[in-house]
Amino acid sequence: MTNKKSKFPTWLSYLINGLFLIFLLLGGMQAINTGLVSNYYARVIILCGINIILALSLNLATGFLGQLPLGHAGFMALGAYSSAIFMRFVCNVKMMPPALMFPIGIFLGGVFAAFIGFLIGIPALRLKGDYLAIITLGFGEIIRVVLLNIDDVLGFKFTYGAASLKNIPKTTNFFNTFLLVAVTYYVIHTYIKSRHGRATLAIRDNEIAAESCGINTTFYKTLGFTMSAFFAGIAGALYAGYIGVLNPSAFGFMKSIEILVTVVLGGMGSMAGSIISATVLTSVPEMLRAFSQYRMIVYSLLLVIVMIFKPTGLMGNYEFSLSKILSKKGGRKNG
Amino acid sequence: MSVFTTVVSQLINGLQTGSVYALIALGYSMVYGIILLLNFAHGDIIMVGAYTAWLFMVNFSQHPIIAVIAAVIACTALGVLIEKVAYTPLRQAPRLSLLITAIGISFLLENLAQLIFGAGAKSMPKIANVPSVSVGSVTISGTAVVTLIVSIISMVLLNVLIKKSKMGKAMRAVSEDTGAAQLMGININKTISFTFAVGSALAGIGSVLYSAAYPQASPTMGSMLGLKAFVAAVLGGIGSVPGAVIGGFCIGIAEAAASALGLSIWKDAVVFLILIIVLIVKPTGLLGRNLQEKV
Repeated sequence: MTNKKSKFPTWLSYLINGLFLIFLLLGGMQAINTGLVSNYYARVIILCGINIILALSLNLATGFLGQLPLGHAGFMALGAYSSAIFMRFVCNVKMMPPALMFPIGIFLGGVFAAFIGFLIGIPALRLKGDYLAIITLGFGEIIRVVLLNIDDVLGFKFTYGAASLKNIPKTTNFFNTFLLVAVTYYVIHTYIKSRHGRATLAIRDNEIAAESCGINTTFYKTLGFTMSAFFAGIAGALYAGYIGVLNPSAFGFMKSIEILVTVVLGGMGSMAGSIISATVLTSVPEMLRAFSQYRMIVYSLLLVIVMIFKPTGLMGNYEFSLSKILSKKGGRKNG
Repeated sequence: MSVFTTVVSQLINGLQTGSVYALIALGYSMVYGIILLLNFAHGDIIMVGAYTAWLFMVNFSQHPIIAVIAAVIACTALGVLIEKVAYTPLRQAPRLSLLITAIGISFLLENLAQLIFGAGAKSMPKIANVPSVSVGSVTISGTAVVTLIVSIISMVLLNVLIKKSKMGKAMRAVSEDTGAAQLMGININKTISFTFAVGSALAGIGSVLYSAAYPQASPTMGSMLGLKAFVAAVLGGIGSVPGAVIGGFCIGIAEAAASALGLSIWKDAVVFLILIIVLIVKPTGLLGRNLQEKV
């Protein structure tokens, strides 16, 4: 490890980061409640949070595991639909309090997406590189077509297909989005720093070498892929509660590419990069509504230019660390 | 008798779309064979070809033949341009970067077309008026016959080009072993550009044939068409020229069969299901080479 060891003991850096998060959370809540941040901007911030979770989850598969899944929007759709159907059902039957409904719905979305991700991952991860990209693209498209047409086959109203699933309870707010972003970041961060994370990074760097060192590559690839699907499902469930109306066409190949652009621009393998680029790419188009027709052109140009001139993405694999910055400052004072 | 008629007419439908898929799949397959790149922008080159043909026929009111030639030239030029601008700087980069660049180019073309021509579809005037042919109780549309004939001629010409010409020999050599080919004095850059040119010209022919069958041009027409042609290339074995042709016809017939069985809304899912089954059972495809990975 080339990282300089932080001066702080683990418990202190946890405390610092925890306090920082609580400060951000309470500050954000206060700003929204007092009307300092208008309702419109509050919604933009929530959308940023959802896109951050999506980017982080894809970064786990692309940046840390070194695979290129192109069907990420499919997992998002699975999470969104399963939690939306659950929440609608609960709302109609009134069998549990809304406070309980939201966490269960979100969790259900994540678990369902993870389950399908696991089922897809077992055959798909036998393939490498381009073939994996294509097979996940195929699965993503199949998920979309199934969501679009399943009602005709089953004969009763379930996903409402092209007519959109409407009247989803709007449960997503700043508080729970922020908490879920923090949880996602924490889980992925600690996973990557753990023994399993090191195995994952080894697979990214050289799969054959990792395998000959005794790392069970199939296990770690499936685990990483399933986790990635889980968080994509959670982001989808948040999105369902945010937007209130779901249509399968929102989860096409285009959406998968948008998530990929976010990850690539931020830097494959940098969680800080994913957060920054997700925030910028979500908020800037909202501010510049007038230029929305140029948005995708700029996205695609950026993607090509970044790949040609800085293939590691804007942040490379740099990570932001609060305690490292503080210890640097402290070090300067002492020295 | 009526069952027989349905089967035959669906088979001809399948062969018609299949030959378009085959032409496009050839482009995917040749490019993959030579630089191991999935050229995602290939599908959108078809879209550009269709728009060029539309532009020449409607805006400049030219003869359809001129429009067809213009479409093929535009596709060829675009293919070479993309290769020079976007892929050549990344020759030494990891394959993932190359793949992401290809996706970026594909989106750039789609969105530029949307900006220039609008999101709606443009309806295409009739390119050629060919009378239908009746064989017994089966009526075969003239476009189907022309599509089949044109694509078979193109494939035969391509085969001659690859097998007999000097450039074809160079292409085969580069795809076999790039380093060794360079040592033998083959100009790698020229060969790769030539491969892109040939693949894109085939896509141009495919785009004209496709718009003769489905007479409209829209910015996103290329993505699904390209993906299906790609499935055809994988099914036949990517990197293999005869494989791409067989794969294209198989996908076309499978689609027609799905439509005939009343599953037309599941058509796309059927194609991707074929892809998944092929990738799981035999990832190298029907006629693909089995590449052993070396440490």
